[in-house]
Amino acid sequence: MPDTGTSDAFVAFERVQKSYDGETLVVKDLNLNMPKGEFLTMLGPSGSGKTTCLMMLAGFETATHGEIKLDGVSINNIPPHKRGIGMVFQNYALFPHMTVAENLSFPLEVRKIGKSEREKKVMRALDMVEMGAFGGRRPAQLSGGQQQRIALARALVFEPELVLMDEPLGALDKQLREKMQFEITDLAHRLGITVVYVTHDQTEALTMSDRVAVFDDGRIQQLAPPDELYEAPQNSFVAQFIGENNTLEGVVKEISGGRCTVQLDGGEMIDAMPVNVSKVGERTRVSIRPERVEVNPELGEGAHTLKAKVKEFIYMGDIFRTRLSVAGNEDFVIKTRNRPDQVRLKPGEDVTIGWLPEDCRALDAQ
Amino acid sequence: MSDATGPDKFDGPTPDNALRQANKTSGPMLAADGKPLKKSLSRALRRQKLRALMLIAPLLIFVLVSFIAPIADMLFRSVENQIVSDTMPRTTEVLGAWDGQDLPPEEAFEAAYYDLYIAAEQRIHTRLGSRLNYELTGASSLFRKSGRGLDDIGEVYQDQFEDLDENWDEPMPWIELMGDPDWLAEQQEWAADEEGRQPRFELREGIDEILPRSAAQYAIFADFTQRVEEDNLLEEEPWSAVHTALYQDLASGDVSSYSGPRADMLQAAAALVASPEFETVAFIDGFEEIDEDWIEPPIWRTIKLYSPNYTSGYFLNSIDMQLTPDGAEARPENEQIYMLLFKRTLFMSLVITLSCILLGYPVAYILSNLPMRTANLLMILVLLPFWTSLLVRTSAWKVMLQQQGVINDVLVWIGLVADEQRLTMINNQFGTIVAMTHILLPFMILPMYSVMSTIPPSYVRAAKSLGATNWTTFWRVYFPQSIPGIGAGSILVFILSIGYYITPEIVGGTTGTFISNRIAYHISSSLNWGLAAALGTILLAVVLLLYWAYDRIVGIDNVKLG
Ligand SMILES: Nc1ncnc2c1ncn2[C@@H]1O[C@H](COP(=O)(O)OP(=O)(O)OP(=O)(O)O)[C@@H](O)[C@H]1O
Ligand SMILES: [Mg+2]
Repeated sequence: MPDTGTSDAFVAFERVQKSYDGETLVVKDLNLNMPKGEFLTMLGPSGSGKTTCLMMLAGFETATHGEIKLDGVSINNIPPHKRGIGMVFQNYALFPHMTVAENLSFPLEVRKIGKSEREKKVMRALDMVEMGAFGGRRPAQLSGGQQQRIALARALVFEPELVLMDEPLGALDKQLREKMQFEITDLAHRLGITVVYVTHDQTEALTMSDRVAVFDDGRIQQLAPPDELYEAPQNSFVAQFIGENNTLEGVVKEISGGRCTVQLDGGEMIDAMPVNVSKVGERTRVSIRPERVEVNPELGEGAHTLKAKVKEFIYMGDIFRTRLSVAGNEDFVIKTRNRPDQVRLKPGEDVTIGWLPEDCRALDAQ
Repeated sequence: MSDATGPDKFDGPTPDNALRQANKTSGPMLAADGKPLKKSLSRALRRQKLRALMLIAPLLIFVLVSFIAPIADMLFRSVENQIVSDTMPRTTEVLGAWDGQDLPPEEAFEAAYYDLYIAAEQRIHTRLGSRLNYELTGASSLFRKSGRGLDDIGEVYQDQFEDLDENWDEPMPWIELMGDPDWLAEQQEWAADEEGRQPRFELREGIDEILPRSAAQYAIFADFTQRVEEDNLLEEEPWSAVHTALYQDLASGDVSSYSGPRADMLQAAAALVASPEFETVAFIDGFEEIDEDWIEPPIWRTIKLYSPNYTSGYFLNSIDMQLTPDGAEARPENEQIYMLLFKRTLFMSLVITLSCILLGYPVAYILSNLPMRTANLLMILVLLPFWTSLLVRTSAWKVMLQQQGVINDVLVWIGLVADEQRLTMINNQFGTIVAMTHILLPFMILPMYSVMSTIPPSYVRAAKSLGATNWTTFWRVYFPQSIPGIGAGSILVFILSIGYYITPEIVGGTTGTFISNRIAYHISSSLNWGLAAALGTILLAVVLLLYWAYDRIVGIDNVKLG
């Protein structure tokens, strides 16, 4: 899966497994290599093992099997406080009995840094998150977004090379979250730090990361840059999990020259890109993004058309969302941009829809 | 402030801006209708407050009746001292003018005679005796004796008058001499069937001018007979104090001009008193006859000292001082006990609190870090001591700690202690501290646990990820956040132990008892409730003072009980 060579990896998981209870594996055979300076996001449904991976990296959980390396050195037996990894917690974990400035100078104090230098660094870190005036406050006297920034500043003040963040923006409202997303990526790139970021929110993952690792069932399902993830999902889980997706089920009839022909369960034959199918006769799930479907198409050579019946038309402002019944799938969705010349379909109408074979991916049937 | 009523004037809608803005402006904030915001708010809250008040009313009344009132009563008892002036009103008045040197004048003895005579008839002289006994040992028996002996003085006169004329020992002649004729008619009417209320005795007009003392004494006698004894006055001959008064009146006044009822009888008595054969007793001699102590100054000084209605005597006693004519002074060394007990109580409570912290903290820490199920299971073990009676637990410590007890046996068996040198671990401070630490430990663990289990584990993780060692993490991050639990537990344990009674009583011996044991002693054995109340009041004051000090030093908002 990962194509980065182990030699220049800054963070490396090698065949890591983790079980809490000795019966089920929460993390199954995790392999991951991260170069220095990368912003990697772990994305996945709840319970898929993201936090567990992060905790193993931070040293709060031990891997049941396998090795975790930092800068080429195995850190399996190094206690958390010696790993020098910055960490931002979901609830921020700012020490309530210390002021903001004391919170920030804490990691410097335990590193026995002199007082004047400590103050300088604290000030610099506070300025970095634009909270310079708040050094004397208690965390409880700050708003959620401000606490978030302080937590970030605290994780960065001792200049770690690797920073872990576990859903750091989960508690913020949408607007503030978008602002913070930008600030975090900006800071990370400016400081050149390596970040492992955990989130539930796929938009967050797509907008912030250099690469996204999609987790499910204790495994990385796909590790790729955001655009590749969206446009070229490697399996039906990723296709379903990232963005909206239409699926049609069928059987592979022919594979040749980077194309395959699939007979849908309704009998129609369509062409698709073979991604996760290997032989004729295999069941497959064909995936098409809603915005790649055209109504009454004038597509070029090789394009397909299928008959469809309009079930529902939803006006969403910038786009129209139309639900159709296609080849036995009652939930086939298409999205069209709101343009002056765009036709608004009416429920019950019979239409023809079509797409380019490149946009149609034949994936595993799960 | 009128220029900034809406948030739109602020730079941004963040709470900080609002705070800053509010700090900047002076003067009250105004509500939409122009009235001060505070006023509108308090009006809006009034209904809620009223409802809240009604909800707590039952408890409030209960507490008022069962808690506040007894405490107020106790505070009052610690200074109340009306018994002396109530029982001996004449004596205290005469003693008011006495300088306290040597013996008081004869009038004092006279007053004491009449006061005590009535008190003895009412059988309340022994109560006064016990009261004064707290201040002067021997007062109790002195008063008891005097109750019986006073009759001897009056009987001297009673017998002589009786020998002169049988009538002096009959009810009716006295009534005719003293009573108002109208009243007498009513009384006789009542006496026919003794139905309803006895008409209250009234003195005949003018009699109190001719025979002032006798009239006064007879009136007292009549009142006592009618009201307390509820006997028919017409059938009761007066007691000997009246005869004594009669002698005094006849000796000092002239009745020759008297012409009312029984004039001849009275004049004959006057002649007898004037004759040289008439035997008299000076009051002072009568008192000397009863007990030599009456002609020593101390008892009189004590009565004088405690004649005011309120006294600081109990409080002075509580701090090993005493009231003397020259003001308060320290008691002799060998009588001092309460200060020692107070100091010991405070010291031992502190030691117990401290050992509870030391023993309880690790337990609470472990409990709060275990999974819920296990923690609850172990919590039951912590609470297990509550399932057995306090008495049983304390007695169990007796079994454990005594010289032939389990611990000594084991120590001897291992060879750590020689058989003839078994350790004394009970009936001293050590025993009390051990047993009470054990008994009060749950009160320390529970609040600690409840505070610790609310400390998110992410704080510890955060500290470690920031590079802190286990110890630094504990000391700089975990411990400060567990302080409210220590505070709550300490206050609970300290206040409980400062007033603890049963355990020190059983295992304390003489060196391990608390002030509360002394209070209990005064409540139930010596019956010196005033002193018990004063001790209790001081204890309450000390606790409040410590509470206040705690608030100043640590801050009471730093205490979390749940
Ligand atoms: N301390 C623990 N003891 C036992 N099981 C645990 C423990 N922590 C997590 N698990 C289990 O491990 C699995 C993965 O948990 P993890 O916290 O890594 O999920 P996650 O991907 O972070 O989920 P979320 O997005 O909800 O945070 C879950 O099934 C969870 O129940
Ligand atoms: Mg998680």
